[in-house]
This record gives sequence, structure tokens and C-alpha cells, in this order.
Amino acid sequence: MEKLFLRGSESLALGAIDASLKFYAGYPITPQNDIPEFLSKELPKVGGKFVQAESEVAKINMLLGASACGIRVMTSSSSPGISLMQEGISYLAGSELPAVIVNVMRWGPGLGGIGASQGDYHQATKGGGHGDYFVPVFAPYSAQEMYDLIIKAFDVADEYRTPAMILVDVMISLMKEKVLRRYDKGIKVKEKKWAFGSKKEGDQKIIKSLYLKGNDLERHNWKLYEKYQKMCQKEVLYEAYLCDDAEIILIGFGMIARIGKSAVDLARERGIKAGLFRPISLIPFPERELENLSTKCENFLVVEMNTGQMVHDIKRVVGKDHNIGFYGKPSSYAPNPEELYLKIKEYLEK
Amino acid sequence: MKVVYKKPEVLKNINFHFCPGCQHGLVHKIIAEAIDNFGIKDRCLAVIGVGCGVFLYDYFDVDSLEAPHGRGLAVATGVKRARPERIVFTYQGDGDLAAIGLAETVHAANRGENVSVFFVNNTIYGMTGGQMAPTTLLGQITTTSPYGREFQREGYPIRMAEMLATLEGVAFSARVALCTPKQLMDAKKAVKKAFQMQIEGLGFSFVEILSSCPTNWNMQSLDAIKRVEEEMIPFFPLGIYKERRVSDVL
Ligand SMILES: Cc1ncc(C[n+]2csc(CCOP(=O)(O)OP(=O)(O)O)c2C)c(N)n1
Ligand code: SF4
Ligand SMILES: [Mg+2]
Repeated sequence: MEKLFLRGSESLALGAIDASLKFYAGYPITPQNDIPEFLSKELPKVGGKFVQAESEVAKINMLLGASACGIRVMTSSSSPGISLMQEGISYLAGSELPAVIVNVMRWGPGLGGIGASQGDYHQATKGGGHGDYFVPVFAPYSAQEMYDLIIKAFDVADEYRTPAMILVDVMISLMKEKVLRRYDKGIKVKEKKWAFGSKKEGDQKIIKSLYLKGNDLERHNWKLYEKYQKMCQKEVLYEAYLCDDAEIILIGFGMIARIGKSAVDLARERGIKAGLFRPISLIPFPERELENLSTKCENFLVVEMNTGQMVHDIKRVVGKDHNIGFYGKPSSYAPNPEELYLKIKEYLEK
Repeated sequence: MKVVYKKPEVLKNINFHFCPGCQHGLVHKIIAEAIDNFGIKDRCLAVIGVGCGVFLYDYFDVDSLEAPHGRGLAVATGVKRARPERIVFTYQGDGDLAAIGLAETVHAANRGENVSVFFVNNTIYGMTGGQMAPTTLLGQITTTSPYGREFQREGYPIRMAEMLATLEGVAFSARVALCTPKQLMDAKKAVKKAFQMQIEGLGFSFVEILSSCPTNWNMQSLDAIKRVEEEMIPFFPLGIYKERRVSDVL
């Protein structure tokens, strides 16, 4: 197991290679360019294919083609590029094809800005593309988790035959940290019997998302839903930090959770029993765990780098009788621990 | 007894669903004959565009992947890169390939993706009920050009075979029709040539097939065929626009 000092983006790309990524299609957009740049160099060395596509629309469909052939496929982009790929993501879900999509979020709507943002929570977790489907979404908060969760995303994508997403902000992506390369010998991927390999006489494979006959589509959609239900049972990831005796629990994902941890430590030093809850899987959302916490703690403060998106899920799960505060920062300037500590204090004094 | 005619082996025993007089069925047949000719049934992988040809996998016993509308050549790029040993072809209409999928088409061609494209040009969006396509002829009445296509308003019909022939990555580009025995023979040759190019690894091969859509042209079958001859061919001339040879790439 190698110990490395890596940027989040490099760690993620290396994790993808260790997860046996074999096809990556990219298109330039800030702030995720270091991922395709790294993979254009490294992927061919391990027998993978790198393609720079003419657009995000094209690249998500290149993934669809390559994924149907049974190899592990991935792309990365930033917000406007993710918007363009939504049709393709819907087709991947409908055709039950595994793929990993990384969104290093930037500001929107429109061209927005290129700074750190969490503005795409709704897009990532509430669909984005048309139709009745769920895409598992993971939100790393360190360079190590960039490595671990990209591998997790590939495994979940294969297991459930679904597109999976990494939703991350540019601070986590650019921060350099220690990373344990747990799988430096690589991961062996199981052969996918449903995929196009070499065809045997009389064994025609059809991969499609069009279902016109009778109630085929209804059955298909329930099947997709059952996969989601299974994910809710098996794939929930979260961290509860100092929550057991907490009088107030801060909730945030990605870099906000990282900063939030320092804020919680500060608060404890200064006599406030604070805790932090961070969803790591945004889909499936850690609902049961949050519900359990809400029986022990009255006060929740949700912090996001947007005008309030995940907070709606927290309200839905925790319920209206709880005191749910929100601090939003829809700007490129992330809050610092002191600022969050003050928000905690202010909230309790109210 | 000598067999002089039989159904291509790659076709299943299922009747086509196309409207009477529609030439999609004939296009299916000549592609099927070419697949038989090379004995590549099990190597073939069809990437199917969204249009009246979308059910190709019901008729052909080949591995098949449905592409989103217009994205056939991006999908085919992914397939061919992942499985270079497969013979990959796309089947696309003029709305699919020349309107919504134009960028994917031009760039796959320009990259010289080693795939074959069968492009069915019937000057109309057939499947959605006869709207104006980029290939719709000047003056042609469709459900969205009720006064006839006019170049000041809707521009000119687009000539794909000529356009793609200008790109370095393209190994073969031809336009064929299916109205006379001679045209049919030429069409069969062109389709075979397209597969041949791919088998030899020469790059992107493209066959545009002028095709009738009696239903959305509001015509009898024979009149529709006559329209291909009298109105389409003068604007979309038949012929081979580019043909690369092995010696060109050595
Ligand atoms: C994104 C998207 N836009 C529109 C459609 C609707 N649609 C289905 S088939 C088709 C075009 C069919 O025309 P063409 O490609 O010329 O094929 P034909 O039926 O004429 O053979 C369209 C626009 C779609 N499926 N997806
Ligand atoms: S609508 Fe036109 S293209 Fe479609 S099957 Fe009927 S005749 Fe053929
Ligand atoms: Mg058409």
C-alpha cells in the first residue's frame, strides 16, 4: 500500500485507474481540467483508451457505447457540462449501463463562475435527466475519499448496472493531502455476462431503453426502483462526528463538512457541545441515521454553499417540529471555522 | 438445383413493420446481404438511431445497441474503441444524422473512426409524422413547412455525402438509390464496400441511401419511387465521392 501526497483530483484519477478504468472521454471545462489531463497521460499506459470528445453530449454517449462492451467507463466535467450530459445519463439509467460521472461543481446558473460551489445538489440528487430513475451520488471530503469513493462508485455502478456520480467541490479537488493508495496492485473486475463481448451463434444481445409493448415499461421502471431500494438498504454512507451528546448538530457535505469539523472542535473547546453529521452518499440519503439523531437532538444547523438545497431533504427527514437553521453561502468564498462557530453560537442564543 | 435467391441468413423470420412502399425494408435487405457476403454476422454490432429504423434489432440477428436520437456516431465511437475487433455499423435517418446528430457525425468522420454508416435520406422526419428535415427539398410541403420549404426562410437541403467526402478521416463516401435494377446493384456494391473498408481498417465509411416515405409524402408507393428519381436524384446526385485505397494509407 503506497503512501502518497496528492491533489484530490489526482487521487480520484489514480483511484479510477486502480479500479480498472478502461475508457475515459473528456471535454475541457474549468475547474476539472486536471482530471482529463492526468488521464490522457496515464490511462494509455495501463491499456485504457482516452478520447477528447467534441462536446459533453458526445462524450456521455461514447461512454454509453463503451460501457455496453463491458469495460469500466468514466467522465468528469463541471456544472454546465453536466447539464449537457443529462440526456445521456437518463439513457444510461434506462439502458442499465454502468458509468461513473464526476462533477467538480462550479457556479451557476448559466456560465456562472468557476469558484467553489455546491449549487448542483438538486441537479445531482433529484434527477437532472428525464424519467423515473435514481443515480447514486457520493460526496468526498478529502483527497483520501476522492480515491476511496471513486472506487466505490465504480463498484456500485457495476453491481446495480447504473450510472453513478461523484459530486465534489473545487477545494477538495485541488487540496493536496496524504493518500493511502489501498489498491496499488489494481482491482480485478468481474466479467459482465450481459455486455457485448464476442457473440456466440444464436445469442443476440440487445441493449436499449425503448419499451413500447404492453406494460414492459412499467415493469422496467419498477425494476429500476427496486435497485434504488436495495441501494437504500446497502449503500448508505455517512459520518456522525461527536453527535452522541451533542446539543447542536451541524450538517453539511463535502468541504463544508471538512470546515464544519474544525468549527465543532472550536465550539467544544469553548464549551458548546456541538456535533457534525455529514452525508457521504447523497443518493441514497442517510435518512434512518438522521432520523435517529433527531430523537436525541433538537437543534440542527445546515450549512451549504448555495441558497439552500440539501436543507429541504433535512427538513423532510427530521420533520417540522425540529429547529432547523440554515446558513447559505452562495459565493466562491467558503466560510472559515470561526465563522461557522459564530453561526452555531448565534443559533443557540436565538 | 441451384439456389438463385434466398432470404439473407442474418435476417430473422419476422415481417418488417414498415409502411407499404417504404424503402427502409430494402435498405435492411442489402445490408443483410452484405453481412452474409462477408460472413460477419457474429462480429457485427449495430448501433441504431432513433427513427423508423429503430427496430432493426427485431429483424437482424446481430448484437444491437440503441443510441439516443442523433448520438449514433458518438455511441459507435465508444463501442469501436472498446471492441475494435467488432464490425460496427450505424443505421440512421436524416433527422437523426444530419440535424440533431450533425456534430457527432462530422467529428466521428473527421477522427476517422473505423465504422460504417448507413444513412437513410428520405427528406423527412418519418417516425414523428412528416416534419421538415435538413434534407427536405426546396418547395417540399411537410407538416412544418406547410407553404413549402423556401431557402430564404429554411435554408437549403444539406448534402451529406459530399460534405463528409471533404474530411481526411473519411475512407469512403457514396450516395445510392434503390429505384432501378442498376441503382440497386450499385447500392449493394457500395454497402459491401463500406464493410470492406472497415474490415481493412481504412477508416470511416459512409453510404447515403435515398429512400421513399410514401406515408409522409402523401403518395402512392410507385409515385414515391418516381419522386426519388425525378426530384431527389437531381438535387442529390448518385455516385462515389471518396474512396480510399490501402495504398493511400501505407
Ligand atoms: C432528443 C430527441 N428529440 C426528438 C426526438 C423525436 N424523434 C424521434 S425519431 C425522430 C426523427 C426521425 O426522423 P429520421 O431520423 O429522418 O428517421 P426516419 O423516421 O425518417 O427514418 C425524432 C425527431 C427524440 N426521440 N429525441
Ligand atoms: S413513416 Fe415513412 S419512413 Fe417510416 S416506415 Fe412509413 S414510409 Fe417508411
Ligand atoms: Mg428521415
